[in-house]
Formats: sequence, structure tokens, C-alpha cells
Amino acid sequence: MEDVKQKNRSRLCSICNDKKAALKRPKTQEQICRECFYSVFEEEIHNVIVDNKLFKSGERVAIAASGGKDSTVLAYILSELNRRHNYGLDLFLLSVDEGITGYRDDSLETVKRNEIQYGLPLKVVSYKDLYGWTMDEIVKAIGLKNNCTFCGVFRRQALDRGAALMRTDKLATGHNADDMAETVLLNILRGDIARLSRCTLITTGEDGPIPRCKPFKYTYEKEIVMYAYFKKLDYFSTECIYSPNAYRGFAREFIKDLERIRPSAILDIIRSGENLRISTSTKMPDQGTCERCGYISSQKWCKACVLLDGLNRGLPRQGIGRTRGAVLSKDREQIRTDSEMKGSISQSKPCGTLDF
Amino acid sequence: MHLTIEFGGGLELLCQSVKIHHVDVDMKPGEDKLAMRDLLSWVQTNLIKERPEMFMKDDHVRPGVLVLINDCDWELSGQLDTLLEEKDVIVFISTLHGG
Repeated sequence: MEDVKQKNRSRLCSICNDKKAALKRPKTQEQICRECFYSVFEEEIHNVIVDNKLFKSGERVAIAASGGKDSTVLAYILSELNRRHNYGLDLFLLSVDEGITGYRDDSLETVKRNEIQYGLPLKVVSYKDLYGWTMDEIVKAIGLKNNCTFCGVFRRQALDRGAALMRTDKLATGHNADDMAETVLLNILRGDIARLSRCTLITTGEDGPIPRCKPFKYTYEKEIVMYAYFKKLDYFSTECIYSPNAYRGFAREFIKDLERIRPSAILDIIRSGENLRISTSTKMPDQGTCERCGYISSQKWCKACVLLDGLNRGLPRQGIGRTRGAVLSKDREQIRTDSEMKGSISQSKPCGTLDF
Repeated sequence: MHLTIEFGGGLELLCQSVKIHHVDVDMKPGEDKLAMRDLLSWVQTNLIKERPEMFMKDDHVRPGVLVLINDCDWELSGQLDTLLEEKDVIVFISTLHGG
């Protein structure tokens, strides 16, 4: 593996001053070798976990596993740190099968290999079982326009339901620093003050049944991918076959352009998000529970129930469209009965368009 | 110049899902060095079969695409100005696919 060719372009690691540097850290601009990279990368995540008290000893923790790079590295690192630092966590992988042929079936194969490679039990929950519909069937019914809304809303709830089923104390997701920065920007662009104020929290839903945490909140995507590459971790990297989210794509590209000019931009955007203070006169939606399924909701019915009801009654556009967070509470009473639902299709909140 | 070019993180989908390519790149007449800048346009012309915008943006790799030369981050060797040598291994990995 070691490159035998000594080239004049090789430089020494700025930490150990011994081995050849293998990468430039975006966070610090340091040039470090592979071994030093492994240790700083792992220790930084350990410190984030400890400093933010993400877990308690004895907890049962679900790792949301898609088979992609972030969740694969998260599963590897959490099982490693759990052993090394005696966190005392009962870890397992939780995957959602959306029912997307040629995409999720392949990525689930990756998760199944991870189950064996990392010795972590795997639980898969499917849209078909939970909602009676696969994404393939939903796309057949509604076309390729709003399918990502359905998928996002259903996935969020599916993870919670799977976690509850497995009597989980906490859910860890692989969202990284680049994702966080992107989400801060998107929430600003959408004027979504409620989400803007909570999207940079490292742990969310602490008042709910299953809190979610993001151990990679401060971890650059570049380092996650480099880590996976150097460690030869087995991950899946195909874009979903159903149209990507174009708006998010623009934000992503903008972040990547900024990073090239000034890598600290990513952490700076996160810091800006963390330090925003929402004025007390801004009306925030009240959190309640869905009357139909009991899931958290700021409306009478949660978004998943509104969407599902539309699907089942042949009105797939029900629940598509959006209103702003500030007017939501006024609309809270608008979804009353089945017959009134049709009239209020655009009044509910798009809770699935963002993953946070 | 004989080189090995690898695609990962989904970029292989732009070249018919072939991850590893052993290639022979012709040098410009009278030159014995090949810069990454030249290799990029060679790859764009000769290996990328679809959605070229996923690989390059202007004259650079698209932001979010990582490049390693002999398993070393190209940010350490001068990116586009890096001079390649016989039998170098160049890896392109997209970070843009879901996690």
C-alpha cells in the first residue's frame, strides 16, 4: 500500500512528522498521514459524543442505516468507540425499506453485509408493512412530481416506529457538517423559522419518545469519504432512481463551491445557525399529537396520515403544497373531519421535505 | 503514459459502471510531463460517457469530487498543477451521493 516512489511532492505529516501526509484536513488545513488521520477523526467524534452527552451507559441505540457512506462510517465508528471507550451501549442497525426497486433493495444488501462485518444486529421496517404502499406503488399513483415529499415524511416516521418497536432509547443518524450547513441555508431560503431554530441542535426530540442525535454534526463530508476510502469500508453510492431534490441540490452545490474557496465556511454556517436567536414575537407552531396515529404533529393529523389518507382515497395531491410556519397555528383547526379534508389540502406543513 | 484511473462514490455510473480503467494517455508532442489539468480533459473526452457535468465544472473537477493521486489527496500536490508520472494511480470519488 505504501507508495514506494519518493516524489518531490510528498510531504511529511504535520502531527507525527514521520510518515508521508495523505490528506489535507478541511477543518484545520493540516497535512496529515493516514494513521494520524484515523486517530484525530475518531477522537474528535468521541469528544463530540462525550462533550454533548449524546449517550448514557446502558442505552439501546439504533443507528439509522441506509447503506450509504455516512451511515456506514457511523456504524463502524460507533461500534469501534463503544468498544474502545466502554460506552456500554447496546447498538443495532435500523433500516427503512421504502420499496424502491433497483435502489433500496441494492443498498439494503450493503446494510446486510455491514450487519455481519460490524457484528451489529439489523432491523428493517418497510413502507409496505407500515403504510400498505411501496414507493414504487406511490410513484405509479402520483407520478414523479411530489414523490420525495411522501418518501421524506414516511421515512422520518418509519425510523421512529422501527425504533419504538425495537424499544430503542436513542436514534443516531449520519448527518454530517455539510448536511447541516445545507439545511441551515435551506431553512433560511424557505423562511422556515421553526426548523431554522432547531436544525442545528445535535440532539432533537428529547421531549418525545425517541431522541435523535447526530454524532457527525461537526464532521466534514470529505473526511467521512476519505475515511471510508482508506479503511475500504463497504458502502453503496447510487442516487435514488426517483428524481433528486433540485432545490436541495442547488444549496448543496453552493456549499461545495464555498468550501473550495474557504473550507471553514461549512462550520461557520453551522455556527451562524446555532447562534441565531428567534425573536419572541415570532409565532411558532404548537407541537401536539396526531389524532389518528398519535405521532407528534402541529396539526390535528400528522403529515404522514394526511398523505396516506389521500393515497388511499385516490386523492394523492392531498397534503402537497405548503404554508409558512408562522401561520400554521391559525390553520390548526382547519383539518377537522374527513369531508373537510379536501378543502384544506394546502394547509398542512411539509414535514418531510427536510430530514431534520 | 500508462496510468490507472479509478472512479468511486457513484462516479463510475458516468462510465458504464466500470470502476477501474488502465489507460495509455498520449503526451503532447515534445513534452514528457502530464499535468492533472490535461488528464482531466482527457478523462472527460475518453472515459466519461454520460452526464459530464457530474464530473467537471468549468476546468476543474466538480466541487464535491475528491481526487487522490497514489492514495494521496491531490490538495497536497497542487491539484490541477500536479505532474503525473508513469504508472500513477488516480482516484476520483464523488461525495455527492446520499448517506
